[in-house]
Amino acid sequence: MRRYGHWVTLPVVFGLIIVTFWLTVALTIDFWSPFDPLEMVARRLKPPSTAHLLGTDALGRDVLTRTLYGAKHSIPIAVIVVFVAVSIGSLLGAIAGYIGGWVDAVIMRLVDITLSFPPILLAMAVAASLGPGIENAAVAMIVVWWPVYARLMRAQVLEVRERDHVEAAIASGVTRSRLLFIHILPLCWTPILINATMDFGQVLLLAASLSFIGLGATPPTPEWGAMISDGAVHFYQWWIALGPGLSILVVVLGFNFLGDGLRDILDPRSSD
Amino acid sequence: MTQTTPLIDVRDLRVAFKTPLGELEAVRGINLAVKEGQVASIVGESGSGKSVAMLAVMGLLPSNAIVSGSVKFRGKELFGLPSRELANIRGDRIAMIFQDPLTALNPVIKVGDQIAEAIKLHNRGISKKDAFARTVELLDRVAIPQPLQRVNQYPHEFSGGMRQRAMIAMAVANDPELLIADEPTTALDVTVQAQILQVLDNLRVSTKIGLLLITHDLGMIAGCADSVTVMYAGSLVEFGAVDDVFYNSRHPYTRGLLSSLPKLDREEETLFSIEGAPPSLIARPTGCAFHPRCSYAVARCSTEEPKLRSVDKVLSACHLAENLRN
Repeated sequence: MRRYGHWVTLPVVFGLIIVTFWLTVALTIDFWSPFDPLEMVARRLKPPSTAHLLGTDALGRDVLTRTLYGAKHSIPIAVIVVFVAVSIGSLLGAIAGYIGGWVDAVIMRLVDITLSFPPILLAMAVAASLGPGIENAAVAMIVVWWPVYARLMRAQVLEVRERDHVEAAIASGVTRSRLLFIHILPLCWTPILINATMDFGQVLLLAASLSFIGLGATPPTPEWGAMISDGAVHFYQWWIALGPGLSILVVVLGFNFLGDGLRDILDPRSSD
Repeated sequence: MTQTTPLIDVRDLRVAFKTPLGELEAVRGINLAVKEGQVASIVGESGSGKSVAMLAVMGLLPSNAIVSGSVKFRGKELFGLPSRELANIRGDRIAMIFQDPLTALNPVIKVGDQIAEAIKLHNRGISKKDAFARTVELLDRVAIPQPLQRVNQYPHEFSGGMRQRAMIAMAVANDPELLIADEPTTALDVTVQAQILQVLDNLRVSTKIGLLLITHDLGMIAGCADSVTVMYAGSLVEFGAVDDVFYNSRHPYTRGLLSSLPKLDREEETLFSIEGAPPSLIARPTGCAFHPRCSYAVARCSTEEPKLRSVDKVLSACHLAENLRN
């Protein structure tokens, strides 16, 4: 049974706080940023102090400022990638499940092929062939991510289209496209929504990974993965990678908490 | 019987399913006709093919079904009709009520909107206001209290009986000429069953609708049907007017069904039941499909399939039909 009102668990609250905090930062950082993220504001490689809470990096830029600005670059990428992957994936999955036959076979073999590669390898290959840059990294991640949703959506459509109310709708003379969009799809979104929320964290991580190996955001963009990459060469200046590293950890955790909570609310099968 | 052309005329309907085990014949040549303002009924055990036959008439079977025969609706052949034209007839001139009202309504759309959709589908250009007014009127007609409030509720806010009534409202939204009701009361409790039957009967009287009732409830047939078709293992075994079949049956299976009804006015130690189970489609008995369970069976029954023929006032498919008397 669904237990409305009982879903406010500690992890969900944490998740909400974390995600809200970082979204607010991403949207408003331009107005209250302590320093300019691209300008040298102090001596280079200064350890944390009251003036620069997370110290300065190899070019004398404020690490805290850059970390906060990182949200503005990393979070929108994750949002765009997940949104586009969900759109493409669920559309193709719905078509495959609804039409069936050879259309289904072609789409699902494409899904199988894509999913047979380790995601990071495929993303690297696509990103490398397109050239470095945050847009190309986004394209690479969409290529990697859409099949997950295609599979989910197809399974869901296959189940829902056998339900009695769909047959009843056909019996009342509904056309094929109307049947899909009005009577089948609205009942298919739950697992997609849950998965998408959980995937924000994963996509963020993959984006950072691509940037870390130089295939994502290009310097001097304050992107978390690229910043960790910078910090990695300065082994004794631990503070350079600390901010972006912790930020990734916290944001991924936040989205996962939120996804878990959503699943508990929306999916009756998973509740205990 | 009058000589008017029937509303729907089903001739030699056969349905087979392609499966890994080979072709399974679920319906083996049945004939059926419903006239205006009449109630025809089909009765049979679960798995006797009655629902499959009706889904075939509506063209709702999955693609692995092989359907043959002829279904004429007001003289027009439905088989082989383009899906577009069939969709226009479905829900407008032929409507269907499903057995399980709990699952046959879309859970995420308001009941009123679902009925309004059925109206809009077959009345292009009808205004929102008119469709809404018609929806309220329909809910009122199927005896749903406070229809003005109820239109804006979701199916889960309705009780089982009310959902079935909403289904009926949806089915009759466009004043169909033929209504197929597939076990319309199976999922409901007895008091609600009576109300649903009352609703259906009122509709039949007020709109001259032809009703095709599929059921395994003999009491329901006795109460409201004009003719009855008895099916066993996909075949038509007996057909006739309700009174003739009930009081003067010429088929052992029908007799078995009638004797299985518990009688409240007599004290009996054990209830009568027909021995055995209905045959599976994979291993259908030779000859008459009913012979392994039939207490009258003779040698001929296991080798020769009986033909449907006129005996007295009914049609019966039993070798011994002439000898079965009360």
